[in-house]
Amino acid sequence: MTDTSVKISDSAIRRRMFKEFWFYFSQNRGAVIGLAVFVLLVLTAVFAPILAPHEPTHQFRDALLAPPFWQTGGRPEFLLGTDAVGRDMLSRLIFGAQYSLFIGIVVVAIALTGGIIIGLLAGYFGGWVDAVIMRVMDVVLAFPSLLLALVLVAILGPGLTNAMIAIAIVYQPHFARLTRAAVMGEKAREYVTAARVAGAGNMRLMFKTILPNCLAPLIVQATLSFSSAVLDSAALGFLGMGAQPPASEWGTMLAEAREFILRAWWVVTFPGLAILISVLAINLMGDGLRDALDPKLKRS
Amino acid sequence: MIKFIFSKLLYLIPTMLGITLVAFGFIRLLPGDPVLLMAGERGVSPERYAQISAQLGYDQPIWHQYLSYLGDLLHGDLGHSIVTKKPVLAEFLTLFPATVELAIVAIIIATLIGVPVGVLAAIKRGSWFDQISMTGALVGFSMPIFWWGLLLIIFFSGILQWTPVSGRISLMYFFPPVTGFMLIDSLLSGQKGAFLSAVSHLILPSIVLATIPLAVIARQTRSAMLEVMGEDYVRTAKAKGLSMRRVIGVHALRNAMIPVITTIGLQVGVLMAGAILTETIFSWPGIGKWMIDSISRRDYPVVQSGLLLIAGIVMIVNLIVDLTYGLINPRIRHK
Repeated sequence: MTDTSVKISDSAIRRRMFKEFWFYFSQNRGAVIGLAVFVLLVLTAVFAPILAPHEPTHQFRDALLAPPFWQTGGRPEFLLGTDAVGRDMLSRLIFGAQYSLFIGIVVVAIALTGGIIIGLLAGYFGGWVDAVIMRVMDVVLAFPSLLLALVLVAILGPGLTNAMIAIAIVYQPHFARLTRAAVMGEKAREYVTAARVAGAGNMRLMFKTILPNCLAPLIVQATLSFSSAVLDSAALGFLGMGAQPPASEWGTMLAEAREFILRAWWVVTFPGLAILISVLAINLMGDGLRDALDPKLKRS
Repeated sequence: MIKFIFSKLLYLIPTMLGITLVAFGFIRLLPGDPVLLMAGERGVSPERYAQISAQLGYDQPIWHQYLSYLGDLLHGDLGHSIVTKKPVLAEFLTLFPATVELAIVAIIIATLIGVPVGVLAAIKRGSWFDQISMTGALVGFSMPIFWWGLLLIIFFSGILQWTPVSGRISLMYFFPPVTGFMLIDSLLSGQKGAFLSAVSHLILPSIVLATIPLAVIARQTRSAMLEVMGEDYVRTAKAKGLSMRRVIGVHALRNAMIPVITTIGLQVGVLMAGAILTETIFSWPGIGKWMIDSISRRDYPVVQSGLLLIAGIVMIVNLIVDLTYGLINPRIRHK
């Protein structure tokens, strides 16, 4: 038998796959804009200490509730004004990006890891393991997510770490269900049987053979969960159950600003706008990812 | 059909039990002594402690406690609030209509706008209307509604002074609740201006609460419509020479509505979560604000039972959605 196929190295395959992915992703204009905004957000968070004109917690006692610079009474050193205790809004917003990204990454990491393991176990073993796991997931999903997160925070105590854990627990069933569904679809395929016949053990079959082929829907869900995590943690902060003052988390900033809504529009407007723009950018990216990764929607 | 309903109900039982287990576990997982929590902030003497402990059954083994908790639930006993001393169920029932009223108006707004926008966007795919409305839907979907509510207050209540900032009706009007729905009660009272006052109080909160469901419904309608428009039977209908209006109205829309109705039904969970934020912003005296207040007042029996009731309601509504789905789509029923 002669080998006529051309050998392609792994890195070449990866490059080719990325090229194909980028082709579909870049067809979606919104997704590219979302990606650009997201990259900006990451850069802002990373370089916050350099970019921010002031310390986020420094109180300028001579400039309480100073309006943005273009309004009468505004001062050029506080471009977006100051809050009720004289902290620079712009600096707080810039440092707030660190919180949002950190929260998103941690929540998705916990929910994804937990969900994948649970979903793999349920989908791979089936039977009573599957039944028990899925009923537990049903219970978690029966509660509105924000309510369950609130109650979990009440148990764990308010604070950023506990808020992240609570949100991750609430999101985890979505990943478990997706993984399970994908695993059940892949399990009966020939390449899995072939690997089993070749002597692969359960662990190898689950994590090395099946899992890589189930990743596409999980990546899309991870993106969507990232934006929901930013939104929900801001909501928890707003309700006083998330990051605690003086943290410059955007939701917490909004909570502190509430009593000034009719006097100082800028302390309310900017943090919310920051949340909206971040969440929107990530959702735009998510839409693009879905188009690029979901083979059913691909127009070939 | 009866078999279908029965199998769905049977399927719910483990989830129901799971929810009671979560609610039961909640008080026991709280840091600190549950008896001291129940007793409130002032603390108790050792004799009183033993008395409360026995009264609440904390001297019994844990499985026994759970069974008697289930027994209490079946008798409609959901415990008493530490703060108001009233039965939790009675408090829930007086506040529940406020949330239902808000949620119903919100879902009506979301459906009445979302479905036509989605249909039109699908028909005129790629047009400026499609692009603008779908961008709008994505913005709505990404909206931090607690901020959105504050913005609306700044603009409509602060600058324009069109709407009140909080509450359900102006203090000028007073009438005993009949249905618990302010819009209906204000009409029944016959007082001049009462209905308008109720409407003006309801308008901003319901817009805020409708925002995310509206976005979801519009997006879902559009994609369901697009999918149906590519089906063979729609092409056949077009080929038969039916008018575009008839093709869309009779053939496409009716089939596209099946997933849309499910989506609308599944917004109940979203609405309950949204109600927590919306009611907090607008001081709307409903279930969401009640839960938040109870959590911050450490009124744990209320939190425990509220959790149970809300999850129960969401589950029952989802069941109804499931059954309706089976009713309008026979393919599911016979699977």
